[in-house]
Amino acid sequence: MSERFINPNILHLPQSGIRKFFNVAQEIPNVISLGIGEPDFVTPYPIRRRAIDSLLDGETQYTENAGLFPLREEIAYYLKTRFGLEYNPKTEVVVTVGASEAIDIVLRATLSPGDEVILQDPGYVSYAPCVMMTGAVPVPVITRSDNEFQLTAADIEGKITDKTRAILLSYPNNPTGSILSLECMQDIAELAIKHDLLIISDEIYNELVYDGNTQPSFAGLDGMWDRCVTINGFSKAFAMTGQRVGYLCAPKGIAEQALKIHQYTILCACRTSQAAAIAALKYGRETEYKDVIMMRESYDRRRRLMHSALVNMGLSCIEPKGAFYAFPSVESTGLSSEEFCERLLKEEAVVCVPGSAFGPGGERHIRCCYATDIDKMKEAFLRMNRFIQRLKEE
Amino acid sequence: MNDLSHKVLDILLKDCRTPLEDISVMLGEDSVKIAEAIDKLQKDGVILKYAPVINWDKTDRQFVEAIIEVKVTPQKEEGFDSIAKQIYQYEEVRSVFLVSGMYDLLILAEAPTLKELALFVSEKLSVIDFVTATSTSFVLKRYKQDGVIFEIPTRDKRLLVSP
Repeated sequence: MSERFINPNILHLPQSGIRKFFNVAQEIPNVISLGIGEPDFVTPYPIRRRAIDSLLDGETQYTENAGLFPLREEIAYYLKTRFGLEYNPKTEVVVTVGASEAIDIVLRATLSPGDEVILQDPGYVSYAPCVMMTGAVPVPVITRSDNEFQLTAADIEGKITDKTRAILLSYPNNPTGSILSLECMQDIAELAIKHDLLIISDEIYNELVYDGNTQPSFAGLDGMWDRCVTINGFSKAFAMTGQRVGYLCAPKGIAEQALKIHQYTILCACRTSQAAAIAALKYGRETEYKDVIMMRESYDRRRRLMHSALVNMGLSCIEPKGAFYAFPSVESTGLSSEEFCERLLKEEAVVCVPGSAFGPGGERHIRCCYATDIDKMKEAFLRMNRFIQRLKEE
Repeated sequence: MNDLSHKVLDILLKDCRTPLEDISVMLGEDSVKIAEAIDKLQKDGVILKYAPVINWDKTDRQFVEAIIEVKVTPQKEEGFDSIAKQIYQYEEVRSVFLVSGMYDLLILAEAPTLKELALFVSEKLSVIDFVTATSTSFVLKRYKQDGVIFEIPTRDKRLLVSP
């Protein structure tokens, strides 16, 4: 078999738990998906227009490895004015192909085989595989619904060994919709200093926080800038998922090493998308981010609608505070998260993502995305409710 | 008008059939408060009507629509108001705006046939005192109205499942 040609490290990488649902869902007519992980808005028109103009103007060449300098300047300005972070656009910002690439190159730049990385569990599907591809070991720390899925220093500390190198985390969180309190952040920061750990903070959802809350950046905490990598991108806040533009910001010593990997493997992010990203930040700045605010308000209304519907159908669910996901428990149904989602899909044509796809800590939960049309969402709630009532009678 | 009223208007503008309970959940406000806010908006004449946006091209209704620019001589003390009033009484007239620029009033009018619309312009509109000129443009196609884009496929282009 051709498997003999494959690197065992890759061969043993688990298949994504999401792929399976994708294949089944495609075959089912009238399916309603709450299983999508991206905005339901199209990129705002001025941003798309700039991408077209960039192509028409013949901007079709490579850019600097780290990305167009005006884009890095806009990113630095954006992070400073919106999140109070200071980065030098010349040496501390690298534009990547989505935040996903940023995660990959930071991990590759900082980890050696055998190193250990603390990950929140449940957490984003690619963190553990990306860690494993470097030969390092992901060390999951389970977060619980009774603590609103917040990662705590106490839970982390029990998992720290002399091989622990970094903590990789993301708040607002996919899949749980939780945010991390400043108090928890400060405890984790203290721990990172005590054990000399790197913090890799994926802040891709940081514009999507509700109820007047905010999610502070790790790099902005006292004493953290030097040991922190901030990862972000345009996909969620500016509805630009398919354009694949993200970035990492880090002290020069880390950024320039990650840039080496980027330079040798990617060369540069797509120029058209970079032009669009400049427009996103410039247009955002000039309009006081009115499109970002409009999208956030729209998600917020649907967030309340979804949370209320889930609770009304008898599922226990913490109120999501950020991103665009609710993460209810299906424990009361007696089904595993995968069984629940498989049967819901086959019997009622509704797609949710089993929590187990996000790690063992996600078991007995499902991820429901509220970046979904209201009418469709309400039809999905009717179907889910019918399904849950039927389960009770079994 | 308070912030809640603005938020209620925003939701109703997107879908005026949104049930009261849903608006209440979406805004995290008591439904009695929402009902009162809507009631006030109606009483104050902020909300005048709840009407659908219709794509008539998908129906068998035949009619002709025109945008008519009208130049008028404003009247002493009344300005353009009394002329506008005279014009909007006609059933053919859907909308009337006072505008800046080369002419004064902009009218959206409709009639079952071209002939009837032509008669409206020549025999009803043009003969009104103080109307000095009209220019009629027939609507050929409607692309967007009240924020709704016509004839655009609404297919969700996203993958059914994504991380």
